[in-house]
Amino acid sequence: MSGKVHPTPVLDGPAGDPSDGLGVEDSPRQVKARHSLQDQVFIHGSRAIGLVVLVIVSAIGLFLGLQSIPTLQHYGLGFFTEFRWLPSQDIIGISAVVVGTIQVALIALVFAIPLAILTALFITDWAPARLRPSLIRAVDLMAAVPGIVFGLWVLFIIQPHATVVAHWVSKYFGWFPLFHVRTDVDYPIWNQAPGYPSYAGSAFIAAIAVTMMIFPMATSVMREVFGEAPLGEKEAALALGATKWAMVRTVVLPFGRSGMVGGTMLALGRALGETISVVLVISQAFEIKPYVLESGTSTISSLIASSFKEASPSQLSALLTAGFVLFCMTLIVNSLAAVIVSRSRGRDVTDL
Amino acid sequence: MTTLADRPAPQVPPADAQPETAPAESGPVAVAPEVEHLRRTSGRTREDLYTLVGAAAASVATTWLFYTKIFPFEGTVGFVVVWYAVFVLFYAGLTALTHPRPVVADRVVATAVVAAPTLVGIALASVVIMTFIKGMPALTHSNFFTEDMSGVRADDPFTMGGILHALVGTLIEVAIAVGISMPLGVATAVFMSEVGGPGSRLVRTVVEAMTALPSIVAGLFIYSVCLVYLGMPASGLAAALALATMALPIMARASYVVLGVVPGGLREASYALGAGRWQTVWKVVLPTARPGLATALILGIARAVGETAPVLLTSGASTYLNSNPVQDPMNSLPLFIYASVSTGSPQMEERAYAAAAVMLVVVLTLFVIARLVAGGRKVR
Repeated sequence: MSGKVHPTPVLDGPAGDPSDGLGVEDSPRQVKARHSLQDQVFIHGSRAIGLVVLVIVSAIGLFLGLQSIPTLQHYGLGFFTEFRWLPSQDIIGISAVVVGTIQVALIALVFAIPLAILTALFITDWAPARLRPSLIRAVDLMAAVPGIVFGLWVLFIIQPHATVVAHWVSKYFGWFPLFHVRTDVDYPIWNQAPGYPSYAGSAFIAAIAVTMMIFPMATSVMREVFGEAPLGEKEAALALGATKWAMVRTVVLPFGRSGMVGGTMLALGRALGETISVVLVISQAFEIKPYVLESGTSTISSLIASSFKEASPSQLSALLTAGFVLFCMTLIVNSLAAVIVSRSRGRDVTDL
Repeated sequence: MTTLADRPAPQVPPADAQPETAPAESGPVAVAPEVEHLRRTSGRTREDLYTLVGAAAASVATTWLFYTKIFPFEGTVGFVVVWYAVFVLFYAGLTALTHPRPVVADRVVATAVVAAPTLVGIALASVVIMTFIKGMPALTHSNFFTEDMSGVRADDPFTMGGILHALVGTLIEVAIAVGISMPLGVATAVFMSEVGGPGSRLVRTVVEAMTALPSIVAGLFIYSVCLVYLGMPASGLAAALALATMALPIMARASYVVLGVVPGGLREASYALGAGRWQTVWKVVLPTARPGLATALILGIARAVGETAPVLLTSGASTYLNSNPVQDPMNSLPLFIYASVSTGSPQMEERAYAAAAVMLVVVLTLFVIARLVAGGRKVR
């Protein structure tokens, strides 16, 4: 390294004169860094880039926010309460798609979270030590599989089975509002008219695709937190004669609770914005209904993907407003998740 | 970690271990001490194994009998669910014959803990296998990789047409997107982590917030700004911008995490040797973080390759080879898949699967490269 650069502290203020001897008070010296030209260019350059990125990134948020003003002026609060999306009649509202988005995401969570918790526990505590790295890698790899592939898979492989399950559930548990399907449930599923079409493309089936998208993320967050459970306490539990499950229940799960909640929230944030696998699977319908097994639902992202092309400028701004609402939802969920996860990790930061 | 995992589950020691030692102590001194046998530390006894096998066999038989012969049920999913429930019942019952309650609870939980990853593993395997099997008819024709779809009708045989245009499109779009988002992302991360000062906190907060931006909203943003307001044509550049918009916060945040892992001691050592800020970042911090940065970059590329929503809104779908990103629509792999499935023609569907298989291979290759670059180093 060249010897020219001296970011060394420069003494400012009264330098103690050794000849002076007594009588001079010690005062704290002021430490100032005099940066070389190279460093000044670097510091200011990187600050400029940081600010440019800040401007770009916040411009997106601002743009979305500003776009929603004309929409709200035009449609008023009815934009949030109207469930129909009929651009030709100028009736536009997002309550149905918001409800659909939340439904699909929540069902996906119901599937994905138990699977993720159990898989994370399997990786940290049950799997043989030599299998562990490959299991972790497999989960990471699953996270990289494109959503459209899962969409295809659900559409052609899972849907035929899932509709049978949905039919069975609606037949025997249809009295429960969630599982009700407005069709003749005694009709066999293979029958064309009220059979298969009433069950295909439901929120339930779309949620299976979303499950595959969010499972790896939830699993890896939970696995990391479970893996940080204090070894001493685990061994203490085992030494006291606990079975593996007792050890996990008393040490690992309490320790990893915030990780489980945080992983769930992160997965929820991802599930809300999942687009293409949902678009492939669902049959679009704008309706607020609790019947998740019944064909027809809609999410904000599928609404955007399916109707941006024919949108007039005012509808485009309505779509942007819907996108802004979606962004706000994921932003809130992700921020909560970040707070929760960071709280679980903050305690042990190790340095070199 | 390993020590704990290798330990046996706490369990009653094998019954034959105890009577051996007792006579040896009480016996006469003249008798040579018996050879000590190493205690088997494996947690599983033969009885456990028999319990497991017995429960499995009994549950299969019972489920088969009741499910298919006596009750009017049908369907594979139902069979598996019922079998699992019956298996857990049998396993718990058999264990309860010889073990106390905590052991029974442990075994029941163990079945669930093994079943969940198995289920997901089967699902993942079926995703991969299905994609390749369904895509095989198209994949086996070499023209699939060397021709585009111009002038090819949906139901033409597989000897015509291919995905060259989509491959080239994906390559160009992802290259531009990464070319924009990677330098900006890393520079922002360096600013947030190494330079700091006023504003860095704000930048970090905003960047973290924008990682929540759903990809479809990023696409819609570019669509309305570039295509509608600025009047740009639907093109590869617009798609690349949309991908970059989506990837920039993700890249910046991933790089920030990687830079945070660089030990502070290295920086201090560098300053102590008289290096400046720039020299420290360029010669110490970035080289140390290089494997992690490369991993973040490659995983980011893998994500961008498979992202459909932004390109769906911005690039338009061409059927011909177009290598000019600023003019005319440009296709890409995910968009090709989506458009082909939407046509509903069986041939196009198989082409979509073949393209999905190619995409899986691309993602897998990127993933393996990422692992090799990371070189076994643990980067979180």
